[in-house]
Amino acid sequence: MEQAAELDQFGLTEPEVRHALGKVKVRDVDYADLYFESCVSESVSMEEGLVKRAVKSVSQGVGVRATAGEKTGFAYSDELTRRDLEIAADAARYIAQSPQGAEPLPVTHRARPQRDLYPVETSIAEVATKDRVELLNLIDAEARRYDPRIKNVMASFNTEYKRVVVATSEGLMIGDVQPLSRLQVTCIAEENGNRQSGTFGGGGRIGFAFYRELDRYIRYAREAARQAILNLGAVDAPAGVMPVVLAGGWPGILLHEAIGHGLEADFIRRKTSAFTNLLGARVASEVCTIADDGTLPFRRGSLNMDDEGTPTSRTVLIERGILRGFITDRLNARLLGIPLTGNGRRESFQSIVLPRMTNTFMLAGESDPQDIIRSVTRGLYAVSFGGGQVDITNGKFVFSASEAYLIENGAVTRPVKGATLIGNGPEILTKVSMVGHDLTLDEGIGTCGKEGQSVPVGVGLPTIRVDEITVGGTGRP
Amino acid sequence: MRQELDLKELTGDMLAKATQHGASGADVMVADGDTFSVQVRLGAVDRLTKAREKRVGLRVFFGKRSASASTSDFSRESLDRLVSDTCALAAAVAEDEMSGLPAGDLMAHELPDLDLYDPTVLDTAAQIELARRAEASAMAADARITNSEGSDFNSSAGRVVLANTHGFLGEHRSSSFAMSVSPIATDPDSGGMQRDSWYAVQRKFARLDSPESVGLEAARRTVRRLGARKVTTRRAPVIFDQETAGSLLANLCSAVSGYALYKGASFLIGQLGNRLAPETVTIYDNGRLPGGLGSRPFDGEGLPTRRTTVVERGILASYLLDTYSGRKLGLASTGNASRGVGESPSVGPTNFYMVPGTADPSEIIRSVREGLYVTELIGFGVNMVTGDYSRGAAGIWIKNGELAYPVEEITIAGNLTRMFADIELVGNDLEFRGRIACPTIKIGEMTIAGN
Repeated sequence: MEQAAELDQFGLTEPEVRHALGKVKVRDVDYADLYFESCVSESVSMEEGLVKRAVKSVSQGVGVRATAGEKTGFAYSDELTRRDLEIAADAARYIAQSPQGAEPLPVTHRARPQRDLYPVETSIAEVATKDRVELLNLIDAEARRYDPRIKNVMASFNTEYKRVVVATSEGLMIGDVQPLSRLQVTCIAEENGNRQSGTFGGGGRIGFAFYRELDRYIRYAREAARQAILNLGAVDAPAGVMPVVLAGGWPGILLHEAIGHGLEADFIRRKTSAFTNLLGARVASEVCTIADDGTLPFRRGSLNMDDEGTPTSRTVLIERGILRGFITDRLNARLLGIPLTGNGRRESFQSIVLPRMTNTFMLAGESDPQDIIRSVTRGLYAVSFGGGQVDITNGKFVFSASEAYLIENGAVTRPVKGATLIGNGPEILTKVSMVGHDLTLDEGIGTCGKEGQSVPVGVGLPTIRVDEITVGGTGRP
Repeated sequence: MRQELDLKELTGDMLAKATQHGASGADVMVADGDTFSVQVRLGAVDRLTKAREKRVGLRVFFGKRSASASTSDFSRESLDRLVSDTCALAAAVAEDEMSGLPAGDLMAHELPDLDLYDPTVLDTAAQIELARRAEASAMAADARITNSEGSDFNSSAGRVVLANTHGFLGEHRSSSFAMSVSPIATDPDSGGMQRDSWYAVQRKFARLDSPESVGLEAARRTVRRLGARKVTTRRAPVIFDQETAGSLLANLCSAVSGYALYKGASFLIGQLGNRLAPETVTIYDNGRLPGGLGSRPFDGEGLPTRRTTVVERGILASYLLDTYSGRKLGLASTGNASRGVGESPSVGPTNFYMVPGTADPSEIIRSVREGLYVTELIGFGVNMVTGDYSRGAAGIWIKNGELAYPVEEITIAGNLTRMFADIELVGNDLEFRGRIACPTIKIGEMTIAGN
C-alpha cells in the first residue's frame, strides 16, 4: 500500500501547523481545521481517430476554516509558507465575535484511516501516457467496427491523484491518498441526415488494469456505439403521466436527485428542504430501503475518510419507506444534534465543506425484473440517463433519459428519444410498487454539483416500477 | 494586497525554455486574482471566504503535436518541471494537421481599455452590510417570506496575461461585484415552500443595483410561485422571460461553437446562410462592449475580439470560432477562443445577445389567450446533436392575456430548430446580467406535459 499522505509532503512541520491552528482557534471558535491538498490531474482525449490532446494540471494549497455557532470563516491559499498560513488563519477567524483569547490546543493525535478502500498498486497517473493513448485508439477502432454508421468517436481518459491532510483543533491529524479515474466514450451515428449520439463509460478509485479487466474498455465502446445506433431509430417520447420502469444501475440518479439532496443536513438545518420535519415519517412505499455508503471498495463515491477526517460510513436514509437519517458534516451534525455520518466533502482546498452524498442506492427487493416489465400495460422503460436536477425547497426534480423504450402490453417495444421525467421528491417513492432483486451499482461516472462544487459520486438501483410519473416528450400521450 | 509578480519576465522565461526543449511554438497564460465573498443568512453572517489565487499554464507545439499543462506553484523548480512535463506529453499524442498557433500577423495590436476594472476594495464590514440589506429587504417585502437560503456578496479582481512565441504579450485586468438573494416563501394554507432568487452583477461597483431592489425582486419572484399546480398535457404558446430566454440563447450559443460543429455534435451543421428564425431575430456576439461581463480586448489566443453577427434578421450568418475549429471548418477565427489557464482553447461567447424588439413584455403576455410564461427551467434535457429539447419548467399560466396562476412540475418540449423558427415576438427588455442576454420572447407552440 501507498504511504498515507503526510504533512512533510507539503513542506510543513507539525509545530507550524499547530501554530496556525492556534491562531484560528480563538475562544469563540467552536472548531477549526486546516485542509492541505495536492492534486495532479491528467486528461488525454481522442476524436476523429486521433489522440490529439493531453493536458496536465498540478495544484496544491491549504484551506483554513473556523466555525462559530452557525458561522463559518474560510480562507485559502495556494502558497504553503508559514506566513501564508497565518494570513489565511487571520481571515478565517474574523467570524469570531472577539477574535482574541487563544486557547491551548489538545495534543496532536496523528492517525491513519482505519480502512483502505482503494489500495491502488500503481496510480493511473504513473501509467505512461502512451499506454492510455493506445487504449483510446483501440476504443475508436472497436466503436467504428460496431457499425459503419458510427461517424465519429470521442473518448477521454481523466485521472486524478490527490493527497490530503486534515489537521483539526481537536488534535486530529490524518491523511489520505485518493486516486480517481474515468474513461468516457461518445459516439455520433449518422444515417440519411439523421444524427444521434450515445455515451458510455466507467471508472472509480481504481488502477489502470481495471479498464482492461473483463474487456471493460471494449464494452464502453460498444455500448456508446449501440446507444447512438439505437437512437437513429427512436421515436419521439410520449408526453403525460404514465407508469415508468427504471432499469438497475445508473437510473439510481433518481434517488440522488429526488431524495438524496433533500436529506443533506445543511438544508435540513436551515429548514429549506421539502424533507424538513419528516424524520420518522413515511416518505416511500414499504418496498423501499435506501442507503448512502461511502465504504464500498474502489467505488467512485467512496472515501476512506471524508474531508474533515471523519471515517465514511453506511447510513440508512430510508428503511422500508420510513425516513431514518440525514447526510451530515461536522457543522450540521453538531447544530442539529444528530449523528456524524462522514459526509463532509469539498471539491478542493478552495471550497468549503458541505454535506454531500457518496454512493447512494436502493437495496434489492424481491420482484423478478421481467415480471416488473410485464406488469405495465402502457408506459416507459428507462435504461440510462443524462443528467438530473432538483429544487430541494419544493421537491421538484427532473432527469433526462438517454436510452428509453415504450412498454406496450407488458413488452418492451420501440426506443424513444427526448424523454424527460419530472416529479416531486417526497412523493415519488411512495409510488414505487415493485423492486427487483437485481441491485446494480453504476459504472462510475457520476459527478454531483452543489453550490458550484463538483464531487465524484456513485448511485445504484434495482429494477423498479414507479406507478406514475410525468414524462415530458413531444409525442402523443 | 499582494506584491505583483513580474509576469512579463516569467512568461518570457517559460517561452524561452520551451523553445530550448525543441518546441516550435508555445504560449503561456497566467491568471492571478483575489476574491472575497460573504454570505449572510437571516441577518447573521453565515460564511466569509477570502482567497488569492494564481495559476500559470503552458501550451507547446512540436510541429503538429501539442500538449498543455498548468500549475499553481510558481517556484523556479516547479516551472522548469512544467516545461519539461508539457514537452514530454506532446511527444505522446498524435500529429494533428490543423494544430498550431494563429498566424503571427493576426495577433491583437491595439488593446483598448474596455472599462472592465474597478479598483474599489470593499472592506469586510461593508460587504456584510450590503448582503444584509439585500436579504432584509426581501424578508420585509411580504409576510409569506418566512425563511432564506441567504444573501451573497462577492467581489473579485484579477488579471490575465497571455504571451506567445510570435512575440505577443497582452494583459488585461477586470473586476466584478455580484450580489444575490434566495428567499423562501411558505404558503399560509398548505404549508408548501417555494424558493427563488435574484441577483445583480457588474464590473463596476457603482453600477450595481441597490441591495434593496435586488431583495425586492427576489421576494416578488418567490412569492408569486406559491400555490403552484400542474396543468394538463397539451400544446400551447410559451413565453420565455429574460432569464429563461437567456438559457435558450445559451443553447444556441453552444450549437454555433466551432467545436460542436466539426465534431458533428450540433444541430446547426451545414446551416450557415440558411434561415434559422424570423426577420425580427438578430443575434450578436460582441467582445468589445464597454464594461461588458464578457468583454475582453483579446481572446484566449491573443487575437483581437470583435463584434460578430451570428444571426442577421433571421439568417444564420456566422459560427463562433477559434483558430483550430476555424481551420477544421475552413473558416477564419472570430476571436472567440476561450480558455482556462493550462487548457487548450475552446470556443466561448463574449457578450452574446439578441437585439431587442419592439414589444413590451406585458404586450407579449396579452397576445396569449392560453399558454405558459416560463420563469424557471431545470434539468439537462437539451440534445445538441439533434436539437431535441425537453426540460422541467415552472412559471405562470396565462389565461386570456393575463398571468393567472403559478404552475410547476411540468415539462416543455420541442426541437430547437423549430423553436427558433417559431419565435413570434421579441421583447424590448434586453438587460445584461451575464455574458448571454436575451429579451422576453414568445414561441408559437410547444408541448407541455403535466397531468
